[in-house]
Amino acid sequence: MWGRIGVIVRKEFSQLFRSPRTRTLLFVPPLIQLIVFGYAVNLDVDNVHMGWLDGDQTPASRTLLADFQGSGRFVVVALPRTEADIQKLLDGGGVKCVVRVLPGFARDIQRGRTTAVQVLVDGTNSNTASLVSAYATQIVAAYAGSVASRETLPQVMARSASNQRISLKAPSLNSSTRVWFNPDLKSRNYFVPGVIANIIMVVTVMLTAMAIVREKEIGTLEQLIVTPIRPIELMIGKLLPAALVGLMDVAMISVGAQLIFHVPFRGSAALLFACSALFLLTSLGVGLFVSTIAQTQQQAMMSSTLFAAPTFMLSGFAFPIHNMPVPVQYFTYLNPNRYFVEILRSIFLKGAGINILWPDMAALLVYGLAIMLLSSWRFRKRLD
Amino acid sequence: MNLRRTRAIFQKEARHIVRDPLSLIMALGLPLVDLLLFGYALDLDVDRIPTLIYDADRSAISRELVQHFQGSRFFEIEGFVDNYAAIEKGIDRNKILMGVAIPRDYSRQIAADGKADVQILVDGSDSNTASIALGYAESTVRNYSFQLRANGQNRHAGFKPDVPVDTELRIWYNATLESKNYIVPGLIAVILMVIAALLTSLTIAREREMGTLEQLLSTPIRPGEIVLGKMLAFFVVGVLDTLISILVGIFVFNVPFRGSILLLSFTGCIFLSCAFFWGILISTLARSQLQAYQLGILSSFLPSMLLSGFIYAIENMPPAIQAVTYLVPARYFAEIIKGIFLKGVGFNVLWPDILFLAVFSSTVFLLATRRMRRKLA
Repeated sequence: MWGRIGVIVRKEFSQLFRSPRTRTLLFVPPLIQLIVFGYAVNLDVDNVHMGWLDGDQTPASRTLLADFQGSGRFVVVALPRTEADIQKLLDGGGVKCVVRVLPGFARDIQRGRTTAVQVLVDGTNSNTASLVSAYATQIVAAYAGSVASRETLPQVMARSASNQRISLKAPSLNSSTRVWFNPDLKSRNYFVPGVIANIIMVVTVMLTAMAIVREKEIGTLEQLIVTPIRPIELMIGKLLPAALVGLMDVAMISVGAQLIFHVPFRGSAALLFACSALFLLTSLGVGLFVSTIAQTQQQAMMSSTLFAAPTFMLSGFAFPIHNMPVPVQYFTYLNPNRYFVEILRSIFLKGAGINILWPDMAALLVYGLAIMLLSSWRFRKRLD
Repeated sequence: MNLRRTRAIFQKEARHIVRDPLSLIMALGLPLVDLLLFGYALDLDVDRIPTLIYDADRSAISRELVQHFQGSRFFEIEGFVDNYAAIEKGIDRNKILMGVAIPRDYSRQIAADGKADVQILVDGSDSNTASIALGYAESTVRNYSFQLRANGQNRHAGFKPDVPVDTELRIWYNATLESKNYIVPGLIAVILMVIAALLTSLTIAREREMGTLEQLLSTPIRPGEIVLGKMLAFFVVGVLDTLISILVGIFVFNVPFRGSILLLSFTGCIFLSCAFFWGILISTLARSQLQAYQLGILSSFLPSMLLSGFIYAIENMPPAIQAVTYLVPARYFAEIIKGIFLKGVGFNVLWPDILFLAVFSSTVFLLATRRMRRKLA
């Protein structure tokens, strides 16, 4: 039996590695994906392009401008003069926000009246917009704080000139923040480990499904069936090469993530491979399942995309699961990618071990075995 | 270019499409399912941040601060604990994202007019959620601190200072800051690009694998006519997909539609032609359907998802990657479709994007035709 499986494995490998072109296509796309993901997938907001409209033109308003520029978050790229200018800037998307200081800003501060700084934010991208609003509010609040301590002192002195002893002390609160696991708040560290799940999902589903459907389409599957090879041996022979390529991709991407992006790797490499193998059960099973449905490679491509897109989007990889509507959150428990993405992040960023990860691993094992049994049953029924 | 020959190719391809109902159903069902699922499920708005509170002080004064957190819609207080370790455990097990720790001497410090420290612990793994959560937590503490201070000064000096400078925030285009309003239009661009690649990237590779490409090329039909005829057949499916997605966006997700439907249809057609020509070009480059599949997915799904500015802002990317985004047609269409939906802008603002799409489409058409001609020789 193992001899016949070995023959199929050798045949598959020689097909995969026959030409330099197919070899490149196996390993270069995952690497490109890693690089694109790593560099492009970034929800951090810095260097916000802003417009500045100063209707006051006083030292006070210029100090505020300096605060914005010095924050490292904002870059002033436009100085609109009128309302229409602001409209045009925001419409064209050249700036994400416009800060407008109204005439009388400095005067109001001096007189102890509350004055307002207008911040107009392009809300199209609500995520960027919330961060931009929070940063702008913070800068204005810090400015207000420094004004308050400077301006209120003489005012209080003047008012309480008759009192002999006054205390200017007042309670204040300070929030000291501690960020865990990713202290620089780099979104790259969060996204890159998840890339592994998606790449090996796509690569292994595609390899298994196409390897079988291609033989169906060309007619060579019939020839294979008339040989003494049994369906189970054919299946294992088709799955093993895909699994090996998948594991090689895991190794390549993990090393790449550390070399190129300096993503911390705090956990155990052996555990990473063990979990990847568990996950491969599922993705190979899905590839096998697709191959039992599709008659042509076109159909195989469509149906694996139909499967891959939701598992990708609902894995918590890019979109946090706790933000999803509650029914969808329950639905994600059916998604094997969800567990694997969680495992990858915990191993990379938190250095978690088997004692924390075992429920996720158990889930992967259960799904993997279930889909594998279902698909191999269908596969054998089709071949017999 | 001969119209009759182009039509012959068109009819042949149309027949292929109709004879493969499974693929056709998937081609029409995919955008519907994906848009409904993702439009409903994907949400980047941060609220109800699961939070644990460790109040070591347990006084009336510290409870007042806790109430400020409880009253905010941004935090969901999951419970109270009596040590740090419980917060650490919660974050480790992904049960909570944030912990607030109030020190033992909190009420003493406040009563003595001193500075009290409130500790905020955040799980930074998801840096985006973490930054937004931190922003909310800090501003909650800051506002409460200002209130404490004003009350204190009032008590001591009989003078209650106002906030000297206030921020007046105005959000344009998407006043409620709902992420679905930009995710859904962006998704339309991504989904159309992927569908186009799925439909066309195998079309020539298949003929090549089957050997029918030689037969086709030995007829008097010219390469340009093959490319155009094939594109037009798939175009019909693409237009249906576009209509479905736009209607779902407007009527199911209630994304505000402020611009011109005419302009959107016009630019949609240019984008579709661009996407289909791209798929055909891929197909002429690949030696087998497997390669075409890999190249198709690699060049459509990833770039349009990641490099179109659909979710991830282009201006945050390194310059080299930013340069690449100019080659991604979905980038222009995502810009156009968001502009038309949310901003209601017209041709005067969008013409550079439209022009680029048109140039891109014709360039890809010419490239695909040339590849076909080279195969002839």
